[in-house]
Amino acid sequence: MAETMQFDLVSPERRLASLQVTSVQIPGADGDMTAMEGHSPTITTLRPGVLSVDGPDGTADYVVTGGFAEIRADGVSVLAERAVPKGDMTQEHLDEMVEEAKSMYSKAKEAFENEPGPVDDAAKLLSDMVAMGEHMGLTAKQ
Amino acid sequence: MANLKDLKNRISSVKSTRKITKAMQMVAAAKLRRAQEAAEMSRPYAERFNAVMAGLAASVGGSDSAPKLLSGTGSDKVNLLVVMTSERGLCGGFNTNIVKKARAHAQELLAAGKEVKILTVGKKGRDQLKRDFGDHLVGHVDMTEVKRLAYSDAQGIAKDVLNRFDGGEFDVATVFYSDFVNVVSQIPRAHQIIPATFEASEDEGASTLFDYEPSEEAILADLLPRGVATAIFSGLLENAASEQGARMSAMDNATRNAGDMIDSLTIQYNRSRQAVITNELIEIISGAEAL
Repeated sequence: MAETMQFDLVSPERRLASLQVTSVQIPGADGDMTAMEGHSPTITTLRPGVLSVDGPDGTADYVVTGGFAEIRADGVSVLAERAVPKGDMTQEHLDEMVEEAKSMYSKAKEAFENEPGPVDDAAKLLSDMVAMGEHMGLTAKQ
Repeated sequence: MANLKDLKNRISSVKSTRKITKAMQMVAAAKLRRAQEAAEMSRPYAERFNAVMAGLAASVGGSDSAPKLLSGTGSDKVNLLVVMTSERGLCGGFNTNIVKKARAHAQELLAAGKEVKILTVGKKGRDQLKRDFGDHLVGHVDMTEVKRLAYSDAQGIAKDVLNRFDGGEFDVATVFYSDFVNVVSQIPRAHQIIPATFEASEDEGASTLFDYEPSEEAILADLLPRGVATAIFSGLLENAASEQGARMSAMDNATRNAGDMIDSLTIQYNRSRQAVITNELIEIISGAEAL
């Protein structure tokens, strides 16, 4: 059996999970990564996506947006601005999040007309949201 | 001598006051427990966040490319004070203490020839600051509608503050709130959020070398605005707990004072009643003797 490590998932409002796991799949800003025991210490920011944990007690999925993950050799802490167990995720949640991303996108477009940076970031956030929804079998309103 | 009927009315009115303060105390106690729980739940996030930020800030802070939110604008001329107070009164010196601290800070800055802008969160603080610093108030966040503090409330305030910062409205931002120590003691505190300060925990962080993905600068740029929201959120939660704690002890005192008052009024009432009876007896006896 694989070695286990400590996994913590906290949002500003509460601690969602704190348990022993064998591997954690993290939706990093530069791509997904899977952390297991003995991973080199890494800090990565998150993109909106599904975080999967695999442990002796089975698997669990969480939908996370914004924040970062801190990987140490002996454990992983994920600090997500918003985190919801995947089972609790509903169409309304997604709509709300997509709506928010959309309004940020349009605001960014107005505010930074000649700078592509923030607009691209907002566009990426929006498409990440939509992709995440599709991945979960929910459709985002266009 | 006060007449009997008046005394009776006074006693019954003080009795109903005592009922109200007693009820308020119990409500505050229940709310305090909830607020304290919420504050405790948010602690792991804030602690880890600050630990990571401290590590990041230490490694990037010295370079020229450090974001403005961390290194500052290079001046400290214009100061923004974010004063967080409650929406309701009847909580002892809670609001006054926060305002007193903010006022002292503002006067100090003004005396040093700096510019002061004040953003208030919560009605009570604004009412008190309006008198002395009416011209300095630049905004107000109304929390009347907020029944249960959520992170999104803090995000809203943070967004407002960050927009002002991006617009070049101020150089330094400080939040004022009350730290909850226990029911009888709440300490007003000032915490500088822009440029950001992080208390580095000595035990770890510095010893581990992390890989950063994407670059350290990019992570820092992404996380600093979140840091502002986190700092405001923990301030709001501490404040909520402090407010209920202050109200609880204020109402406890009020209930006790009402009890004392009822006791002394009851004694006065009984004495006057006795005096009236004695008087009547004297009248009857002296009347009978005259016959």
